[in-house]
Amino acid sequence: MPQLDISTWPPQLFWLAVTFLALYFVISRVAIPRTGGVIALRKSTIDGDLAAAQKLKTETDNAIKSYEAALAEAKAKAQAINIENRNTLNAEIEAERAKLDAALGAKISTAEKKVAASRDKALGEVADMAADIASQIVQQLTGAKITKAAVSAAVSKGK
Amino acid sequence: MTTAAPEHGEKIIDPIHQFVINRIIPMDVGGIDISFTNSALWAVIATVCASLLFMLAPRELVPTRLQSVAESIYEVIDNMTHEVLHDNARSYFPFVLTLFVFILFANVLGLIPYSFTVTSHIVITLALALVVFVGATIIGFIRNGFGYLKLFVPSGVPALLLPLVVLIEIVSYFIRPMSLSIRLFANMMAGHMMLKVMAGFVVMLGVTAGWLPLAAMVGLMGLELLVAALQAYVFALLTCMYLNDAMHVDH
Repeated sequence: MPQLDISTWPPQLFWLAVTFLALYFVISRVAIPRTGGVIALRKSTIDGDLAAAQKLKTETDNAIKSYEAALAEAKAKAQAINIENRNTLNAEIEAERAKLDAALGAKISTAEKKVAASRDKALGEVADMAADIASQIVQQLTGAKITKAAVSAAVSKGK
Repeated sequence: MTTAAPEHGEKIIDPIHQFVINRIIPMDVGGIDISFTNSALWAVIATVCASLLFMLAPRELVPTRLQSVAESIYEVIDNMTHEVLHDNARSYFPFVLTLFVFILFANVLGLIPYSFTVTSHIVITLALALVVFVGATIIGFIRNGFGYLKLFVPSGVPALLLPLVVLIEIVSYFIRPMSLSIRLFANMMAGHMMLKVMAGFVVMLGVTAGWLPLAAMVGLMGLELLVAALQAYVFALLTCMYLNDAMHVDH
């Protein structure tokens, strides 16, 4: 086994020491600061970005909250205005209607009075006309002339 | 070179040959052999590749593919050290990350055909394990003084059993570097030998039946990639746990 050839040990040990120390130097002086620096930088960048994102998210949340508050306030205001308007309008409408009702009532009652007067007048004339018609019918049927007074008495009797 | 390396010409399946150390540039300082070998070459390649990965990875906020690889490696070890070592993670993170990256790249690059697997040699893994073991022990004594010896005396054990338990604890403590190094070395060596044997079958069986071991090799390669990453992770994890034992004796 070549591994047990002791004569090869000193050169192997010598070059192991040389290369290992060289590598240790490179690793401790260059590799660790370089690689560790990049990793630390990446970590801080990610942490910073996350913090910024969190901050922006909080700001967004706050903005949404204030927007919603303003919206709710505006809605409440609009509703209040709406109710007020409706109430005033209702009152106006009510007043207008009452006025109209009164005017119409007056007109209706005068009209009714007129109608009643016309009817009474018409009814009064009906008796005369009935007497006329009756005397003419009697004259044409019998040829006898009867006095108006007799017919009127008979008509008012038939009533 | 006295050891008879098999000739490339002869079709002998020698799964061990891939572990032979070749001195590319022989060097000698004060009687100590520090030749630049194939093992050293691949250790350098692993170091350079790992360094380039971390140095060339872009620094985008949204990572590119190369950047993701570097960051994944970083974060796996970062999470592991934090889970195991808690407050002490920061001070040991560079060492654990270096250990993980070095073993990971040595393991994975070793899977390239004709490359050399640095971690398939026990001397390498044992050296790494001993650094961890000796380091953790020294830190344990610095942090706790002689109170570190309480590590060997678990609480809530009947007095009668205590000598036996203490003996077992001491043995298991000193076994740590062994198990740590042999686990990595054996996994790497076994995997590569298996791939080599399978590859030999492909050549032996030729076109007629060679596709069967070839298909097996594809599966084994995937498995070896998993093992390469997993063993690096296990090594780093156990290192963290030994270090944690050194911090908190009372367990």
